[in-house]
Amino acid sequence: MGFLLATLFKICLVVGLLLLAVAYLTWLERKVIGDIQVRFGPSRVGPFGLLQPIADGIKLMFKEDVVPANADRLIFFLAPALSFVPALIVFAVIPFGPSFVITDVNVGLLYVFAVASLGVYGSVLAGWASNSKYSLLGGLRSSAQMVSYELGLGLSVLGVVMMTGSLSLVDIVEAQKGTWLGILPRWNIFPQFLGFVIFLISSNAELNRAPFDLPEAETELVAGFHTEYSSMKFALFFMAEYANMIAVAALATTLFLGGWRGPLLPPVIWFLLKVFAFIFLFIWVRATLPRFRYDQLMGFGWKVLLPLALANVMFTAALILILA
Amino acid sequence: MEWVLFLTLALLAGAAALAMVLQRHPVYSALCLILTLFAQGGLYILLHAQLIAFVHIIVYAGAIMVLFLFVIMLLDLRPEEHPPLQFNRIGVVLGLVLAGALLAELALGVGPQINLGPRGPHDVETLRILGNTQEVARVLFRKYLIPFELTSLILLSAMVGALVLAKRRPE
Repeated sequence: MGFLLATLFKICLVVGLLLLAVAYLTWLERKVIGDIQVRFGPSRVGPFGLLQPIADGIKLMFKEDVVPANADRLIFFLAPALSFVPALIVFAVIPFGPSFVITDVNVGLLYVFAVASLGVYGSVLAGWASNSKYSLLGGLRSSAQMVSYELGLGLSVLGVVMMTGSLSLVDIVEAQKGTWLGILPRWNIFPQFLGFVIFLISSNAELNRAPFDLPEAETELVAGFHTEYSSMKFALFFMAEYANMIAVAALATTLFLGGWRGPLLPPVIWFLLKVFAFIFLFIWVRATLPRFRYDQLMGFGWKVLLPLALANVMFTAALILILA
Repeated sequence: MEWVLFLTLALLAGAAALAMVLQRHPVYSALCLILTLFAQGGLYILLHAQLIAFVHIIVYAGAIMVLFLFVIMLLDLRPEEHPPLQFNRIGVVLGLVLAGALLAELALGVGPQINLGPRGPHDVETLRILGNTQEVARVLFRKYLIPFELTSLILLSAMVGALVLAKRRPE
């Protein structure tokens, strides 16, 4: 019973903080991009526009909820939930601190990938159920893109798994303890730099963020798979995107940057700092790079990232065999 | 506790499978199949086979079913229109006999005198100590290395075959 209550408490804490973080990420993204483009960003609601996410939330709640004619109503209602729920349940296995993990599964990394691979249903079904050509094209693009880049993503972390010898995220953090030569922390980013770069690029594509935001390319597809959505249903897609961004940042931190490890500051603070660094990087990339063309995107995924990731796996395996 | 979970998942898998066959809309059929796959994944977890459970979900629910949906949407399949069902008398008799035989086999297999055949050295406790993934890998890559590699060759040849068929130019 005590175990159950403790777990329940952890779940509530994580989900509550996550929703707050998602709301304020929208503010952060608009502020940072505004700054990069030499404008102010939100500045009217509260000091520095800090109350903007709350105003946006209230506005979305009270907007009219439009369902297009001839839409498939059941799936139209189901799709936003299908894209938001996977984004939330990824956090079940992420270690936030030395003993703060909701549950340590021995196939934790596989769990993350299994759940992440389900996120694609939300956008595909949304695109199909809307009964609109732009939505359908956006949904099809997103499914093709996510299925392609999942391969690169999965293979890019195999090097880390081989070095650790475990799929449990807690074990992976545990294996990054200590330093090399007394100064360089034993983080996986150093021996697995290629894997890290591939992970970063393919996760950007998995998130459907610029420069890979083809599924919702405004200039060609209006807004892609969520064109026909309004009110809180639209907000759920938006929240899913940001929650996924936090999830990927947390995963990158855990796999490559030693998770919660760091000197002086408390572990949870280290974890949050590293996650924040990744999120800032994602926003920065979005503000800097123009969008890919669709054939470039698919070609890059299959012909560049996938062979590179495979080569990385072979090389790491060979090195481990030689050193052992 | 385990019984409740097992019954829920088993009933869900059965009901979703049935709904998939009876459903006339291809997209809903695909969704029902995904639900079945999920319930199966849950059953694997109840059997302490976490690796199989998540690989099952990644491969079937995460990849293959996405492609199914993709094709259904590209072809824009409409709900089927069935002609009224016609029963063939011989077909009905044969079907009933076969179903009876299957049920009898099932009853013999899971009946009071359970006959599971030879059992390996792995039970729940040893798996917990060794770690599920590591143990599967050990068995797969030591004891069954050659069958495993042969399987991958078969898959590769199937893939090459599909490519050749798809690439064939119209005369």
